[in-house]
Amino acid sequence: MRSATLGQIPGLPQEFGNDFARELFRRGNFARHFELKVKEAYDKKIFSIPIYLSLGSEFNSAALSLSFPDCLIFGQHRCHSLYLNYGGKPEELRDELLGLPSGCSGGMSGSNAIQGRDIKMFGHSGLMGEQIPIAVGAALASSKRTLAICGDASVEEDYIYPSLGFTATRKLPVLFVCEDNDLSILTKTEVRRNWSPVDVARSLGIPAVDITDDPWLIAHHTKQMSKNLPGFINIRTVRVLWHAGVGTDGLPEWDRYEWIRGQLAYLGLGNEMEAMDRENKGKTDLLWEKQLQKR
Amino acid sequence: MGKTTAETIKEITRNHLEKGNGLLLGQCVTAVGWIGGTVPDCTGIVEIPMTDIAAPGFAVGCALMGRRPIFVIRYQGFMWYNCSSLVNYAAKSKAVWGVPVPIFIRSIGMEGNGIGHTASSSIHSIFMHSPGMPVAAPMTPGEYKNVWDHFMKNDDPIYVSEHRRSFTIDREMEDEFVEDADITVFAISASRLNLLEAKEILKTNGVKLNIVHSLWLKPFQPSERALESLKKSKMGLVIDSDYEITGASRSIAYELMHQTGKPVHALGLEDRVCGVAPHLENITPPAEKIIRSIQSLLSQKK
Repeated sequence: MRSATLGQIPGLPQEFGNDFARELFRRGNFARHFELKVKEAYDKKIFSIPIYLSLGSEFNSAALSLSFPDCLIFGQHRCHSLYLNYGGKPEELRDELLGLPSGCSGGMSGSNAIQGRDIKMFGHSGLMGEQIPIAVGAALASSKRTLAICGDASVEEDYIYPSLGFTATRKLPVLFVCEDNDLSILTKTEVRRNWSPVDVARSLGIPAVDITDDPWLIAHHTKQMSKNLPGFINIRTVRVLWHAGVGTDGLPEWDRYEWIRGQLAYLGLGNEMEAMDRENKGKTDLLWEKQLQKR
Repeated sequence: MGKTTAETIKEITRNHLEKGNGLLLGQCVTAVGWIGGTVPDCTGIVEIPMTDIAAPGFAVGCALMGRRPIFVIRYQGFMWYNCSSLVNYAAKSKAVWGVPVPIFIRSIGMEGNGIGHTASSSIHSIFMHSPGMPVAAPMTPGEYKNVWDHFMKNDDPIYVSEHRRSFTIDREMEDEFVEDADITVFAISASRLNLLEAKEILKTNGVKLNIVHSLWLKPFQPSERALESLKKSKMGLVIDSDYEITGASRSIAYELMHQTGKPVHALGLEDRVCGVAPHLENITPPAEKIIRSIQSLLSQKK
């Protein structure tokens, strides 16, 4: 079931058009460069806190931010890209990781509980999956579109099933997204359970799909589900670096970034893509220049 | 006769739901007795599914959206599984993210009547342990209004340790001070009612006591008069409807000792599991036990 092509629909990049592709790449690529700088800073021992990088899944939230904008956002750890793609200020995320008062939570939350008040992204307490009922409560109270993101481990938490059920009962405008990298720290999904959250969601009456992390595919389903929320998307994605820290367990199962680059080249956006890549790298170099020069 | 505490709760709630854009969330709140007649039949009531894990998260989400929800737990003992999002998110959010999460947590204590070892008793002490959440135990209509006004004027979540025995109370309970008191007793929740019963018998036995009705458990800020009265009496005692060991009674006794230099003792639930049969229950110290305890403490002092 788990694969780089699960559920893919041919021709979606062309259908979405070049403007979408440009913006998708601009956002996801910036988040990627930001994370690479965090890794560099981590390697230089600049941080004194645990760091949870989103490298490998940065285009998931880039696609969501384009296809599901103007929403309340509830994530958990590994959400740097979610924050950045939805327009969170990179300076404030950098400062949060550095524990500075100018951080997006004044240094109180660190990497795993970030918030972005300007983008309506709410913090996370550290209890995995707790953001899901909180998101549901926010949707209930406000009737606003709400994005509730968890991982394939936290989707197993006790919070989830009743939250899905309550959302279905009340027909709340919530888009649930499970970023499924098949790992709970290092324990594979098949060791932990024999059921699928997609089946659970469907059994409760929530439309659900199980797809790979093709950002056009994510955008396609998000747009479809947005017409009649709630919805549930399980995204098979890849964790490039460890659960916490910057180590690796070898080559990732697939390289979505290179595949996306190929799609942009196919759309005739190769030169623009390279220019954006240079620009984003320049921006993040500048952003981290002072901190990295100190070491 | 004035309004009862239950009627007061109902009136406050109706006003909040109908005019204040508030919400009330709870399980089975509109069933049978509408929680002792404290829940009005009006808009804004959200019957939530039977989830003690996710439900507090729903309330947190509502609070984040500015709806100042009332979150009702029918048996305070069920707070053991309801507490995680209240303690870890609602109480901490303002400090961590600068985002207040004002929830009025109605946690209703019951005891006796064979309700068993989990549903029975009050457990406000564990919430006093958490930063970011004031704890109160109102018993009278006026005290309930006091706590509600505090909630509406501030932005913290509040843990309101109610007791079913308060619902029929229709009067206020004033502190009582006497000259040359032997002991100053600070009473919490339903123990206040038992203390008033005990008082009459103690008086006939020649014991002079000051009575301080303690509404706010955290922050605990006794009046100057209460502290002065304790200083003038031989000793103090804190009685409570929660467990004594590591509980509110001992914690407050400790604070009072440091503030006054007087010995202050504690009396709460025994450190044993409550049973269903009447002779196995573990409830708020009854009047007889309070009497025995005070007489014993005073005799040791002599």
